[in-house]
Amino acid sequence: MQMLHIISTLAWRNLWRNHRRTVIMIAAVSVGVWAMIFMTALMRGMVNDMVRDGIQSLPGHVQVHHPGFRDDPGINKLLPQTDQDIIDGFATGGFRAWASRIKVPAVVSSERESRGVTLFGIDPERERAITFVADSIVAGRLLENVADTGVVIGQKLADVLDTELGKRIVLMSQDPQNDIADRGFRIVGIFDAKLESYEETMVFAAKETVQKMLRVPNRVNEVVVLGDDYRDVSRLRNRVAELSGPDVEVLPWDEVDGYLGTMLSVMDGFVLVWMIVIFLALSFGLVNTLVMAVFERVREIGLMLALGMRPANILAQIIVESLLLLVIGLLIGNTLAWASIAPLAGGIDISAVAEGMEMFGASSVLHPELIARDVVSANVVVIVLGFFASLSPAWRASRYEPMEAISKV
Amino acid sequence: MIAVSCIELCKTYRQGDQDIKALDHVSIDIEKGGFVCLSAPSGGGKTTLLNAIGGLDIPDSGEVWIAGQRIDQLSKGQLAHLRLRQIGFVFQAYNLIPVLTARENVEFVMQVQGVRAAERRERTDAILAEVGLAGLEGRRPAEMSGGQQQRVAVARAIVSRPALVLADEPTANLDSKSSDALMELFVELNQRHNTTFIIATHDQRVMAYARRVIRMLDGRIVEDIRQHAA
Repeated sequence: MQMLHIISTLAWRNLWRNHRRTVIMIAAVSVGVWAMIFMTALMRGMVNDMVRDGIQSLPGHVQVHHPGFRDDPGINKLLPQTDQDIIDGFATGGFRAWASRIKVPAVVSSERESRGVTLFGIDPERERAITFVADSIVAGRLLENVADTGVVIGQKLADVLDTELGKRIVLMSQDPQNDIADRGFRIVGIFDAKLESYEETMVFAAKETVQKMLRVPNRVNEVVVLGDDYRDVSRLRNRVAELSGPDVEVLPWDEVDGYLGTMLSVMDGFVLVWMIVIFLALSFGLVNTLVMAVFERVREIGLMLALGMRPANILAQIIVESLLLLVIGLLIGNTLAWASIAPLAGGIDISAVAEGMEMFGASSVLHPELIARDVVSANVVVIVLGFFASLSPAWRASRYEPMEAISKV
Repeated sequence: MIAVSCIELCKTYRQGDQDIKALDHVSIDIEKGGFVCLSAPSGGGKTTLLNAIGGLDIPDSGEVWIAGQRIDQLSKGQLAHLRLRQIGFVFQAYNLIPVLTARENVEFVMQVQGVRAAERRERTDAILAEVGLAGLEGRRPAEMSGGQQQRVAVARAIVSRPALVLADEPTANLDSKSSDALMELFVELNQRHNTTFIIATHDQRVMAYARRVIRMLDGRIVEDIRQHAA
């Protein structure tokens, strides 16, 4: 304890011996830490927007399917339970939101053009809390109930089909017996999604109407559940699995949408690399500062060794000095980061570049997101790498021969 | 009782193309409570001998014994422990730690030893008063004169009550008045605590205080005189 006291006293006072150098180094660490946290918050905000938008674009947080659905996503891969059983069961789940759907590949035709699309038979009330479509209607209305006979298509698809609100289109797919199942729908709503591909390929009709058309009454092939946090869906997945019974596949969003899941993983890796790169740049300054600090104190180090201080104590002194410098830099850097992110909670308008960003599914307002894990990572990276960066000069200091060191001029 | 024993010590330094014999088969015994001066012209080997006795330098051959323990084969850690517990050092250039106050410099060795705070404070106050620095406890080395700094260094060397004090040219940077005061302090400490003092010097005034003067030349002992101290 006393050794710790004398080591920390010496480290602290030596730190301020050349205060100009120390202040410059602290400023460098502070700016580095600020950059780590602030830029990470911006990147996190952007990716979060993309992931949230992606999740809103149908996957939800957890999905339930027939085990063969992902290989052959059609009408033959219905869930074993009836839709009513699913509705009754999931009503007891305590989920934030959920919906059962029927989702099949289909061909849509207007009087002029036809296109391949994905037809969603949805419960509009339940989907309102899960998908983007309710908030993206730019003309007409959303479906009113599960028996609505209208259809909602994207703006892009309307352009391609050369059709418009109020006109009729024909949707054609297959029933479980592989017979053609088709029906005419009137366009009651047009939506404008962030991604044009959504507008061009997604068609929404009422669930019961689609079930009738496909001759699968009271059956669905997808259940979507929304939890509270997309980063942690394991408990949600277990709960959904309990309610879904056997012979189904329960998948989290990052497996349903591999692109989104991979993007988040890549982001996590990128954040760590970003922090390490910044610190590596800082570490040159840190090592230089410590080398100079040791070089200037060779005689004192020799003296302390001569008086009976162990080399390990000298090593500890230099490392503590380095850690003190880093901790001060961390405190300032963290404060700066918080102070610069907090005022931006309302979002940063990036509409000037929004068109380009839309390609990636990002919105025109960027909300920096300060995540505790990122702040902890930045601090841990600085402390751990700082510790290792200090080892070399500290080790050299501890290996001095007392008399040689004392004799240095 | 023998406090320090050196047997056939040899140490050679290489300077350019030349080998310089700093110690050439040096053998001496110093009794506990002795007050000994090592005298030699510059390069005569007195500092090398002092460093060998203090475990700061390892001889090429020969043996060094301190209080019955052979030290020339100890590890760095064991030597550090020996210096911490049994030896006090006074260096020519004071060698205080500049970021510590006079009190903290004196307490330093005791802190490393693990002496409790209350005891440290008591002993530091007493020793600083003894060396005439009462009231200057809070000053840093840069705020003190050379004589004051050397007295702090002496206080640091003796405050932990080592059995042996090694002083290398302790008066070299002091005026005659300060030199006399310092030597009188050494004599008093030697007599009161029976501490063994070995002082390397070529100052005749300092030698006058010693009861034994060992003269060296070119790394060899050329004269070993026992005398009545001044």
